[in-house]
Amino acid sequence: MAASSTRGGKKLLEVSGLTMDFGGLRAVDNVGLDIHAGEIVALIGPNGAGKTTFFNCVTGIYTPTTGDVRIHTADGATRRINGMKPNRITGLGMARTFQNIRLFPAMTVLENVMIGRHCRTGTTILDAILGTSRSAREERESIDTSYQLLKKVGLADVADEYSRNLSYGAQRRLEIARALATEPFLLLLDEPAAGMNPQETHELDELITRIRDEENVAILLIEHDMKLVMNISDHICVMEYGKEIAQGTPKEIKENPKVIEAYLGEEAHA
Amino acid sequence: MSHLKRSLGIGLWFMFLTLPLMVVRVNTVSREVEWRWSNLVWVGICAFAIAWFWQFSIERRAAQRAKVAAEPHPEKDRPSLAQRLADDPVLSRRVLLAAALIALIFPWAVSTTQNFYHVNVMVSALIFVVLGLGLNITVGLAGLLDLGYIAFFAVGAYTYALLAKGFGLGFWMCLPLGGVMGMLFGVVLGFPILRLRGDYLAIVTLGFGSITKIVLENWDTVFGGAAGIAGIPRPDFFGLPLDGREKSIYTYYIVLALVAVTIFVTNRLKNSRVGRAWMALREDEIACVAMGVDMARTKLSAYALGAFWAGLAGVIFAAHNNFINPDSFTFMDSAMVLAMVVLGGMGSILGVIIASLALKLLPEYLRAFAEYRMLVFGAVMVLMMIFRPQGLINNMRRKYEYDTADVESNDGGK
Repeated sequence: MAASSTRGGKKLLEVSGLTMDFGGLRAVDNVGLDIHAGEIVALIGPNGAGKTTFFNCVTGIYTPTTGDVRIHTADGATRRINGMKPNRITGLGMARTFQNIRLFPAMTVLENVMIGRHCRTGTTILDAILGTSRSAREERESIDTSYQLLKKVGLADVADEYSRNLSYGAQRRLEIARALATEPFLLLLDEPAAGMNPQETHELDELITRIRDEENVAILLIEHDMKLVMNISDHICVMEYGKEIAQGTPKEIKENPKVIEAYLGEEAHA
Repeated sequence: MSHLKRSLGIGLWFMFLTLPLMVVRVNTVSREVEWRWSNLVWVGICAFAIAWFWQFSIERRAAQRAKVAAEPHPEKDRPSLAQRLADDPVLSRRVLLAAALIALIFPWAVSTTQNFYHVNVMVSALIFVVLGLGLNITVGLAGLLDLGYIAFFAVGAYTYALLAKGFGLGFWMCLPLGGVMGMLFGVVLGFPILRLRGDYLAIVTLGFGSITKIVLENWDTVFGGAAGIAGIPRPDFFGLPLDGREKSIYTYYIVLALVAVTIFVTNRLKNSRVGRAWMALREDEIACVAMGVDMARTKLSAYALGAFWAGLAGVIFAAHNNFINPDSFTFMDSAMVLAMVVLGGMGSILGVIIASLALKLLPEYLRAFAEYRMLVFGAVMVLMMIFRPQGLINNMRRKYEYDTADVESNDGGK
């Protein structure tokens, strides 16, 4: 937390004192985290540390028991988004991917991305039935934007495939493209490199930095691949048993004895 | 070779099993035991043939699967007829035109002034096509299982019956009203079950269907109870007097027009922002919500629209039959409409139309085999689910046209 003073950029997301209880189990205990514009922030920790729960609280899938989740939108307003529905939060500009891939398998790759455009378009049922100019224009816009995003993640040549036919790595990239289609200012990636081979991980590494630079999107990611995390993150938050045990730059985290003991140390011995 | 052996075994087994039933008959008059050995031979041959065909089909299917699995790009498979139709606008337009022509000529071709039975049968079948297409929105596109769909049909039918008998409102006035009433009930049902899915949804909708029927049966001061409502006026044709045949043909054209409108609307919706949201909801609810789709609104719209078509169909049903009672709105009918959607292929318009016509017309024309028709019906369903679990016609993949030119040329696809 001490490191936050040295971080530049406008504050985008501000989480403070976030606690999430499931019955008697405290999955996330008083965790705070800030994300600034243009940053890649990593959330790491052993399995079961509460990282995904933290994600779900921030994106509205769960309502946190206590604590605040605030976002600072582009127009300078601050909004508390605890308990807001996930689709509203996505509408406000935070989009996510899932740890266990959640695509729409029976829809084509392009259609998957077009779903991301849903909250940025407003064609109503009547528009669609009557084929109004608005419906035609938005349809065109959705297709073009989605196709350009597919190009960006390298999936343009399989745009008409069913998404279930894609390889694992490609499905992960498709999830990222779909999330980007919602025009987020903050992208939340839940273990994007899980199940990828080293080559794919390396490509992902490039993709994430490229997205940050070109799309002007801040990124919060959960990841177990330490090489990837240390390579691309500006700021790291470490969790263990629901508690936050350290925050700082990759260098600080590497040297933090608590982290080494809890997490990296085990990895090193393994 | 092993096929032959197995089939032979199955044939023999069936001969043994059916021996007492098919071969031995005690003639109680002459007090003799008849041995009908020829029956045994037939059973053996039929069982053998069916078993052989069965194994052949199973193997072919397994081989196809293996082929698909082995191929790195399964999409390179030969496209289905339906897919080819969809991809070729000229061909599909011709087929559509031909179908429309046949549909228009049909009532005049098959009816005489005395006998217009076939037209009436077709009207009932087309009403179920509308129902099938309506439920296709809820179940096929949005993936919300509805086991009480026929209740909305009942709402439409009773709306017309009560308004026409009680207030003297005309058919054309009541048609939209019936649809709107169906829609209202759709929303009413939709609200409490927004959070449910799968089995729970099925149970609640099933309950809703039963409640509707029970209310209709028991509230006899309003709905006429089990006796129903009789003497419902037929649709009027600018006040001109029509004879029986003309009335039927007129109703036929009305329902045909409704089918056309339903197809048009479903097709437009399917390939729109709304339709994609429905499909995404069907595929993965959590991901769908996380991508910014308003679940409540999307689910409610799917329910309301599905119910809307059922309401419209109900009005026509009441007008066509002159008489309605709660027996037309049983769970069996809900299951029938659901079977049409599932057999036709979830989400596929053409498939649902074919399945609806087949499921309504086959039992009607199989009356000659009245005792066996439900048996045949059941067997067909089981076979369908084994060999084409995805339905008659696959929901087709939509291909979009896009500008492949690089906008930001330096970072195109790898």
